[in-house]
Amino acid sequence: MALKKLLNNWIVQVLLFLSILGLTAFGSQIINDITPPYILMIGLFIGINLIMALGLNLITGVTGQLTLGHAAFMSIGAYASAIATVNYDIPFLLGVLIGGLVAGLVGIIIGFPTLRLTGDYLAIATLGFAEIVRVQFTNMKITNGAIGFLGIEGSTTFPIVMTIAVTVVFAMVWLENSRNGRAMLAIREDEVASSAVGINTTLYKIQAFAIGAFCAGVGGALFAHTTTFIQPTDFGFLKSIDILSIVVLGGLGSIPGTIIGAIVLTAAPEVLRPLSNYRMMVYGLLLVVIMIFRPYGLMGGVNLRQAVRRAIMWPKKKQPGRGE
Amino acid sequence: MLKLEKVDVSYGSIKALHGISLEVKTGEIVALIGANGAGKSTTLRTISGLLKPSNKDSKVIFKDEYIHGIREGGRKYECMPPYRIVEMGLSHVPEGRHVFPLMTVYENLLMGAHSRKGKPGESDFDRVYHHFPRLKERIKQMAGTLSGGEQQMVAMGRALMASPSLLILDEPSMGLAPMLVEEIFHIIEDINVAGTTILLVEQNAHLALEISNRAYVLETGTVVLEGQAQDLAKNEAIRKSYLGE
Repeated sequence: MALKKLLNNWIVQVLLFLSILGLTAFGSQIINDITPPYILMIGLFIGINLIMALGLNLITGVTGQLTLGHAAFMSIGAYASAIATVNYDIPFLLGVLIGGLVAGLVGIIIGFPTLRLTGDYLAIATLGFAEIVRVQFTNMKITNGAIGFLGIEGSTTFPIVMTIAVTVVFAMVWLENSRNGRAMLAIREDEVASSAVGINTTLYKIQAFAIGAFCAGVGGALFAHTTTFIQPTDFGFLKSIDILSIVVLGGLGSIPGTIIGAIVLTAAPEVLRPLSNYRMMVYGLLLVVIMIFRPYGLMGGVNLRQAVRRAIMWPKKKQPGRGE
Repeated sequence: MLKLEKVDVSYGSIKALHGISLEVKTGEIVALIGANGAGKSTTLRTISGLLKPSNKDSKVIFKDEYIHGIREGGRKYECMPPYRIVEMGLSHVPEGRHVFPLMTVYENLLMGAHSRKGKPGESDFDRVYHHFPRLKERIKQMAGTLSGGEQQMVAMGRALMASPSLLILDEPSMGLAPMLVEEIFHIIEDINVAGTTILLVEQNAHLALEISNRAYVLETGTVVLEGQAQDLAKNEAIRKSYLGE
């Protein structure tokens, strides 16, 4: 109880955040120096996918709005940051921020008309939006069209990705426990009841959409500065589905689930590489098996606090009426 | 406190309300009774802003402010969004309870205070627990796992957290055991005595007329009868159609 009270204090929260952030930056720097580049690259993509998946988790998992256009926001972030750093010589980190902001802004603009729709209809509308964005980038001069955008500096490093990922995780945890986060959860639970208790449902849906799009934009910007070359086909429908799989497989609305989902689904294709031709088959099988045995996702329906408490209590608790 | 004038509401091309006019005065319990499809729930949903009137000469006025209607000096027909109406002190307990199933009772109550600035104090929770002592025993339980009666209590308690001056209840007795229905209706009376005006929609006309001051009888979207509750309870036609005699 004392611990719980302590954790509710915002100064403690900030200190905790800063110390974990420092630890991450320091730890990932060490890992960066001693790990072979191939494995480091996998870790880097886990981080990028995590940032994007946390954004989608806020939209689909927490607020309950199914969207299939997350890759579009990713591409907007990627191109915006690439144009900023290459054409305008803006520093890398500022470019990442610009990528996120532009994506978030587009999220707000797209959110107004589309968020009147619900469920399947919203999914199809966002899908259409994603296609429009992709075709637009294929035909624009500044993005170099279908040939792809070349010459981006490979500025993304493992420590930077990890630091941003940890920041996003903390921000999401904090958001979920705030007044706004509760309102978003309420909209997922029951939209009629939400408006009846005085929640401005449109406002919070757009808020979730904007923050989610921002995360996707940041992820896209980091992606662009990792691969140093981006083309519109990198951000197709399948990319949206990849990110959605992470969220669903981890457990809709669960932050620990999203983290585990990002690790499993990003690492799996690499771990399975020795299977060569059968790789994607086994990967698909893995998805099917997980969804059969954990229909609500790996962490779906798991109350983390309760699970931890039970794990600690386990040895002390004697089960009456069994054996002995 | 609340006034409706000539309100029409349509679902697409189907007209559900034809020129409803009614009034709720401060401190009253007013009941809307009528058969299925008479437009009772539609009326409530229009008052709380979930639906909009379809005619431009209609007015819905709450505490001298227009919820729907053309403001004085204005030209445009304006509708207030539901959250603004809650902020003004009008809470709606929707039909079928609509609790947040995966949130605890405590969190459900907390959501009820969403429209108010700042955090709700102990006294707000105490007021709810005073009316619904059973909720206090279950604050950590998921609302979806509660019985129907308890869920109704959560829904009503949640609405009370906004400190409304007018509480509108849609079928609070729906699907509840007779004993629980009595209990809920006692609580409604208590809430009224504590200073909240109540507008009530009810299938159980008998009970509704018993606790209310005045009542309106709706039939296919129009008010066919209105008056003091005791008078209506004695009315021959009412007894035949709604009280089963």
